Amino acid sequence: MGWFIKIFGSSLGKKLLMSLTGLFLISFLTVHLIGNLSVFSQDGGLAFNAYAKFMSTNPLISTVSYLLYASIILHVIVAIVLTSANKSARPVKYKQLNAKDNSSWESRSMALLGILVLAFILLHLKDFWWQYKFGGSYQFSEDANGNRDIYALVIQQFSTTFGLASYLIGLLALFFHLKHGFQSAFQTLGINHNKYTPAIKNIGLAYSIIVPLCFASMPVYVYFFK
Amino acid sequence: MEKVRNYTLKIWRQPNAQSKGEFKTYEVKNISTGSSFLEMLDILNEEISEAGEDPVHFDHDCREGICGMCSLFINGRPHGPEEEITVCQLHMRTFPNNTTITIEPWRAKAFPVIKDLIVDRSAFDRIIQSGGFVSVNTGSVPDGNAIPIPKQNADLAMDAAACIGCGACVAACKNASAMLFVSAKVSQLALLPQGQVERKKRALAMVDQMDKEGFGSCTNTGACEAECPKGIDLSNIARMNREYFTASLTS
Ligand code: HEM
Ligand code: SF4
Ligand code: FES
Repeated sequence: MGWFIKIFGSSLGKKLLMSLTGLFLISFLTVHLIGNLSVFSQDGGLAFNAYAKFMSTNPLISTVSYLLYASIILHVIVAIVLTSANKSARPVKYKQLNAKDNSSWESRSMALLGILVLAFILLHLKDFWWQYKFGGSYQFSEDANGNRDIYALVIQQFSTTFGLASYLIGLLALFFHLKHGFQSAFQTLGINHNKYTPAIKNIGLAYSIIVPLCFASMPVYVYFFK
Repeated sequence: MEKVRNYTLKIWRQPNAQSKGEFKTYEVKNISTGSSFLEMLDILNEEISEAGEDPVHFDHDCREGICGMCSLFINGRPHGPEEEITVCQLHMRTFPNNTTITIEPWRAKAFPVIKDLIVDRSAFDRIIQSGGFVSVNTGSVPDGNAIPIPKQNADLAMDAAACIGCGACVAACKNASAMLFVSAKVSQLALLPQGQVERKKRALAMVDQMDKEGFGSCTNTGACEAECPKGIDLSNIARMNREYFTASLTS
């Protein structure tokens, strides 16, 4: 047990946690996106409502969702610990700093981007997950198949300018977070080789563009075409 | 191109570790474009000394890019604007005539300022002392090729061993992280047969000491690699992570 505590007490062990939880969140995003795309099926929301029901009742998904909540919490806690330790490693700042010549903006702004993504996740949970699971102020009706009509709630949320704008800002932050984070997670795991690192970087860039773009397409579609 | 140039220098002056420190502005005139950055500072110090004041203190030794002593943060970057060189290899022709040049010390909790532009880098020595060596008795010089080493590993080990311990990686990193330095030292021995006996112990001890010294952790920004005068690359950090994780799990 001592060795276990020692690993995660070290700087490298904490980075290992960031990387593993980050990669798990990436895999979750992929699954979440594929399911959400059913919002485009032209059936008045039947497919989307069925998908929402499946996600909240399937025992396997429920189990994985607890792992997901734990990952987000762990990712955020370790992010806070690391960021504050990193800040205190340089108590006196440079008066003139030219960091843009040696590193990318997003790589230096992971904490800021993370806070924006966290705000986005919390807003998202409040808008949909909380209403659906714990029954907030919103009164659900039932669709033709007898499923609760969360599709109607989605349409309502994304029809407001605030709903649209807050989503687009959150997804922009996610794009930058992943642009650096995806490839960074592999480097942290020690996976770096001329043979495949260029491929990891390209896949990471593609992922960071495609996934937020697909997520963004839904509120944009609802706002302008529904 | 003009043969001589004039500059305004904004230099960090700090009498000792306890005092606060501040920028002082100096004018230097008729500096040859062929002189090195340190020679320019020598000329400034001559003038300051002649005026009976305390010259600007800065670290230097070999003045040919091999000892790692020179350590100036020039115009917002360690070792100045050029790639893969140390301050002593930097020439004044790099800086346009009649411009202002800002000079600061390396800034990190683990590198406290001793005086002016000189910082205490003994944290690096303590990291080396914690495991950056081979303690087996090596005896006399072995016959050539008595210890077979794959060419690729020999090259990688040599690349890692090029690190001169200057600390520019720490100075450049937004987290003041020493990962590039430590990973170069872990790598150069992990890649060679002589380093195998203490391989796991070394990775654990050096990372442990690095954390104790108060360096930050790695966000993989790559600033260290971009500023390193010896071209040490990020694959060394990945190797150190592998070494550390495997050593943690298997020792
Ligand atoms: C869907 C959500 C998220 C995903 C997919 C994600 C993914 C990642 C990945 C892959 C990394 C790189 C790990 C590494 O360098 O080894 C990372 C780093 C980071 N994340 Fe996240 N993240 C998410 C949300 C958040 C949140 C909510 C925060 C915090 C408030 C956050 C803060 C950070 C920070 C500060 C880093 C950099 C840590 C460091 O290297 O020093 N992230 N993230
Ligand atoms: S890794 Fe490069 S920048 Fe860091 S101490 Fe070694 S030579 Fe200097
Ligand atoms: S003085 Fe030796 S490397 Fe610059």
